[in-house]
Amino acid sequence: METPAYDYRIVRGFVVWSIIWGLVAVLVGVLISFQLCDPDLNLPPFLTYGRLRPLHTNAGIFGWGIGSFFALFFFMVQRLCRTSLWSPGLARFQLWFFNATIIAAAITLLLGYNTSKEYHELEWPVDIMVVILWVIFAINIIMTIIKRREEQMYISLWYMLACLVGVAVLYLVNAAEIPVSLFKSYSAYAGTNDANVQWWFGHNAVAMVLTAPPLAVFYYFLPKSTGVPIYSHRMSIIAFWSLIFMYLWTGAHHLLWTPVPDWVQTLAMAFSVMLIAPSWGSVFNGYLSMQGEWQQMKSNYLVKFLILGITFYGLQTLQGPLQSIRSFSAFIHYTDWVPGHVHMGTMGWVSLVLFAAIYYLAPYLFGRKVYSIGLANLHFWLVLIGQIIYSISMWIAGVQQAGMWHATNSDGSLTYTFMETLVEMYPYYWVRAFSGIIYLAGVVVFLYNLYMTAKKGEPAEQLAQQAN
Amino acid sequence: MWENKPVLLLVLATVTILVGTVITMVLPFAWVNTDRDRIETVTPYNPLELAGRDVYIREGCNNCHSQTVRPLVTEVLRYGDYSKSGEFAYDQPHLWGSRRMGPDLARIGGKYPDAWHYKHMHEPKSMVPKTNMPAYAFLERNKVDPDETRHKMDVLGFPYTEADIKALQGKTEMDAMVAYLQKLGTGIDWRKQADSAVVGELVNPFRGDRTAAEAGESLYRKHCASCHGQEREGDIGPELTGLAGMDDGDLFEILYNGLPDGGMPAFSNLGATKNWQLVNYLLQED
Repeated sequence: METPAYDYRIVRGFVVWSIIWGLVAVLVGVLISFQLCDPDLNLPPFLTYGRLRPLHTNAGIFGWGIGSFFALFFFMVQRLCRTSLWSPGLARFQLWFFNATIIAAAITLLLGYNTSKEYHELEWPVDIMVVILWVIFAINIIMTIIKRREEQMYISLWYMLACLVGVAVLYLVNAAEIPVSLFKSYSAYAGTNDANVQWWFGHNAVAMVLTAPPLAVFYYFLPKSTGVPIYSHRMSIIAFWSLIFMYLWTGAHHLLWTPVPDWVQTLAMAFSVMLIAPSWGSVFNGYLSMQGEWQQMKSNYLVKFLILGITFYGLQTLQGPLQSIRSFSAFIHYTDWVPGHVHMGTMGWVSLVLFAAIYYLAPYLFGRKVYSIGLANLHFWLVLIGQIIYSISMWIAGVQQAGMWHATNSDGSLTYTFMETLVEMYPYYWVRAFSGIIYLAGVVVFLYNLYMTAKKGEPAEQLAQQAN
Repeated sequence: MWENKPVLLLVLATVTILVGTVITMVLPFAWVNTDRDRIETVTPYNPLELAGRDVYIREGCNNCHSQTVRPLVTEVLRYGDYSKSGEFAYDQPHLWGSRRMGPDLARIGGKYPDAWHYKHMHEPKSMVPKTNMPAYAFLERNKVDPDETRHKMDVLGFPYTEADIKALQGKTEMDAMVAYLQKLGTGIDWRKQADSAVVGELVNPFRGDRTAAEAGESLYRKHCASCHGQEREGDIGPELTGLAGMDDGDLFEILYNGLPDGGMPAFSNLGATKNWQLVNYLLQED
């Protein structure tokens, strides 16, 4: 069969820029983690924790995460549909517009223009840029799928389509706001309603941005890396539909014990626990695909990234439901346990899977084999160790602070003042900040390895030409 | 069959995600911010408070401070009465937050006098030595824009008078921030209701006990000195020397319940023992 003219240039463009924004996210993350150890590291008005933290999360989720998903979706959709992109021109415009949006986001956030909503801080003009970006992306992917030359849509394409429609619905509803001036708006919803809409958005952004796309990537790149197919097609069908059904009920587990109606909280709690099943459906599908192939954990560095990635997904989707239970939430919510949880998902699950996919793509993008497997292994261990130290130190910190917040004396009075509990956190904050440096070192090794691949890697002409 | 039909998959996926959305996100609008949860005493922000709220949003205070007190024993002890839905009816957006790097602020209004907040925002370490909060002294240099604030009040449909807008002239963002903080959580009169009623006569269990007074002294440094001075010479709060003749029980009540109108916080969450130790320290002859 004739090989379609796959467009890898656009994939390369998104990969390069997403890594740059990923580096920014990690650098800002390290800076703000030190600010929590020593407030004198805040430089008001622009470089305070309050303004930098949204920059950190936006650069990470939108710059690194979504930037990479743009790249990988464009790669996967062409290969899985055995056809070239519907509109390479539109994709190229999207790359420029993507960078313009991220730059606009960074500048406006530092200037203090934000809506206050977590993971949706961008003010309305930048919001509109995000919407334009998503619409042209969705059109390009959907039209490419429609003109595909492969009858069946593979699992990854289902997750991609769900992501496209899910993000659109979430973002538009949560973005409803009344503009006051060019960079100021008020939410269209008030108080308890606003909180409930926001966390319906917030938690499902996790579903549609940090779960569905990396699962699409995982389902594609694991078989590609190991050379064996996914264990069960039927299990992936059940996992897919139940995942996208159940997720939307769970937002209020971020609002347990708040004034949100109790029945909404209880539903959120129940569905969060039920979500273990579809989440672990994908985890088992990954593990069982490795049957008879586990020696590849030693011989194939890509498999190491992917299997550790899906393992962190499995742990994340056990810990998440645990936190969604009222009694447990009463204890650990608002403590550092939560950042520990979040970073296992972002630095562990999502990033490990993205690293593997990008290494896999390197020969297609640069026409050269990955420069050094040794450096890729070093990268693996640095980010793994950095992330584990981060999460474990924060879990311990969270349990200790929760214990102190809830401690009472025999006469019913509080044992500790708030400051007495904060002072106990400082050693953990230092450990966390240094774990960030270890992770940063891993990312720098990754960048160096890719740079050397582009410059000096062994030519891999045939590979780049090879059809699906 | 849906595996071969992308448009059908899109439609089915949309319907699938809308089920949970409608039930858990759309339906609550029928209960929230209606007569069912309305609280008559809760009022909209005045222009200065609204300006302060926007500074709070701009600086991302919600990244470190939550604004919901949960109905949990220790939480109510630490912060005050738990939050009710109707208290947030004018909050567009809500600022409940998700992390307590610093304490919850839902009930901060009326806890401290204005002067405490001015000093604390200017240099947090001056009031709370080991804090990790950044200093916000620059707010003192930024002026509130009266016209812009009027426009914001109009957009939100909050009532105001021309005098309110005129009064903004010359106000700084620091003034606005403090006004906003003092408004938080005061929509219901919880502070007075939280006062402990004293039944019978209060008896000082440590009268003449020097070790209790010494324990009281270290408690004083931790909880009182930032307002009343290291040597009880007075600063934000009045000087506390020459109290020797005061009635033990009266002093205990002031410490335990605070003087909400005078800006003195209640220290009931320290418990009776520690408050009696403080009483014995304060009643010592200098």
